Amino acid sequence: MSNLNVDFGGVKFKNPIVLASGTCGFGTDLDDLFGLDKLGGISSKGLTLNARAGNDGIRIWETPAGIMNSVGLENPGVDGFIEKYLDFINSKDTVNIVNLSGHSTDDYLYGIEKLNKVKLDIIELNISCPNVKEGGMGFGVKTEIARKLVKEVRSICEHKLIVKLSPNAEDIVDLAKMCEEEGADGISLVNTFLAMAIDIKKKKSVFENGYAGLSGPAIKPIALRMTHQVAKAVDIPVMGMGGISTWQDAVEFLMAGAKAIQIGTASFTNPGIALDIIEGLDKYLDSQGLESVEDIIGIV
Amino acid sequence: MGNIIYNKKLTDEYYLIKIQQKNDAKMGQFCMLRAWDNDPLLSRPLSIYDRDASSLTFLYKVIGKGTEIMSKLKEGDDIICQGPYGSSFPEVKGKIAMIGGGVGIAPLYYAAKEVSKESETEIDMFFSLRGVEILREELTEVSDHLTLKTNERVVSLVDYDQYDYIFTCGPDSLMQDVYKNAKGKKATVYASLERRMACGMGICYVCTCKTEDGNKLTCKDGPVFLASEVFKDE
Ligand SMILES: Cc1cc2nc3c(=O)[nH]c(=O)nc-3n(C[C@H](O)[C@H](O)[C@H](O)COP(=O)(O)OP(=O)(O)OC[C@H]3O[C@@H](n4cnc5c(N)ncnc54)[C@H](O)[C@@H]3O)c2cc1C
Ligand SMILES: Cc1cc2nc3c(=O)[nH]c(=O)nc-3n(C[C@H](O)[C@H](O)[C@H](O)COP(=O)(O)O)c2cc1C
Repeated sequence: MSNLNVDFGGVKFKNPIVLASGTCGFGTDLDDLFGLDKLGGISSKGLTLNARAGNDGIRIWETPAGIMNSVGLENPGVDGFIEKYLDFINSKDTVNIVNLSGHSTDDYLYGIEKLNKVKLDIIELNISCPNVKEGGMGFGVKTEIARKLVKEVRSICEHKLIVKLSPNAEDIVDLAKMCEEEGADGISLVNTFLAMAIDIKKKKSVFENGYAGLSGPAIKPIALRMTHQVAKAVDIPVMGMGGISTWQDAVEFLMAGAKAIQIGTASFTNPGIALDIIEGLDKYLDSQGLESVEDIIGIV
Repeated sequence: MGNIIYNKKLTDEYYLIKIQQKNDAKMGQFCMLRAWDNDPLLSRPLSIYDRDASSLTFLYKVIGKGTEIMSKLKEGDDIICQGPYGSSFPEVKGKIAMIGGGVGIAPLYYAAKEVSKESETEIDMFFSLRGVEILREELTEVSDHLTLKTNERVVSLVDYDQYDYIFTCGPDSLMQDVYKNAKGKKATVYASLERRMACGMGICYVCTCKTEDGNKLTCKDGPVFLASEVFKDE
């Protein structure tokens, strides 16, 4: 048994395995299945200030080794979350990460104000959402637009704050450095890649929104490269993700410099995958004669 | 030795696969199946066609990559089966119509088998299939009257005044018609919905359907709903 504890910007994780936002609901179903206490942390479903019903039309489309999703942030809103799920997650012995999205700066700020009043461990700021003011371009595409948001959020956010980067950023390393400059406690990456599928019978996009977000094994090599670049460029801790579906994948992200990793799409086909990865990581460290997971973080 | 007991070809399109698996599944529930590694990525939802305490049987139609791979499986091969998931048809008595199309037959066969164990039930089945007919003998056994048609709609052949309950499963358009025809009559209508799914257990939110009470998850709140919850009146 190796030491799997990691310190992520002052927050203690019992192991570096975290469930990714939007791929584990609010943890209730997976808690029934295996017990959330076993996990390092959970990032629950992305919240917006007000409840959202999400997108119409096809929400999921397969592609070799990946899926494209167009869920459209269906969620009960910040108040609904606080009322229905917050106490449940807090009652578990795992790091409670609350993922917040918005379509305007005000959305984010009002959301943060509400979350300031409650107990949670970390806010993960999802800046991949389209910014209504900027014609729908993602907040996280241009560093200087993202900076305004991160600066304002940081100035009022009383919780630990990590910013979740979009791989669709013009310059993801620049974006990460900006987050560090503006006082983020950590970074997570990557969100889904903007992607598309066309129905050639109907001669139009499969998705009502035109584009959708690609995740799963297909994105892993690129997500790993981005995690490596970002981890080398900043001193704040990095949480890596993108297509992780085996313990070997997790080890790669840790070696690339991630202090913790998140599991997304892989939970859809094997809901117990997080536990398999924790076990595999532990055995790997043992087999290498390593005492602590910290011994492999960032060694490549 | 894998868990597949048989994988029987019924026609060029339809197969019955029986697997060894302890379960306490209820009528109308489904499982997520896969017999491959990473490609295709997702598991496939299939309704339970039949079961006992140690086995599950599924009726499937070959559509694309996943069901194509399934169709090549043999006795003794392995298939991963998660579940059972979802809501179930209620245990009811009285006069019941089961109306379905295509693979919609699957959950209704098992529902009929279960419900017909009650002495005070009478079950009329109305099924339509495209192409070639399947399972006539099996369906006859679990029903009092069977109307099984190929290349012909059955929704209009039902006398909707007669029934206490209607169970329906098939394309949305068929179920919508059933709901419309039964509107204002005494029958309570239950519909089993089909939506694209990723996880099958309520964590991904891709299979939502719209209801009077806002969005619900087809995999977890459904697939069996009161038809009045999920179909519109016009
Ligand atoms: C609750 C439920 C119960 C079902 N029960 C049965 C059954 O008993 N027998 C049966 O033959 N089929 C059933 N289906 C439909 C079956 O899941 C699809 O036909 C199957 O997933 C097609 O997979 P494929 O790889 O062959 O096709 P592809 O077209 O290659 O599949 C691509 C993707 O689309 C999804 N998909 C394609 N068609 C459907 C569909 N009609 N409904 C939902 N997802 C779809 C697949 O799951 C996959 O994710 C059920 C669906 C649901 C949601
Ligand atoms: C269905 C689905 C919903 C998602 N919802 C969110 C969300 O609400 N907020 C967010 O920050 N990321 C969301 N994501 C992105 C994931 O958290 C993750 O960043 C991405 O899927 C890459 O990891 P993976 O390849 O392991 O899935 C979602 C992903 C999927 C597949």
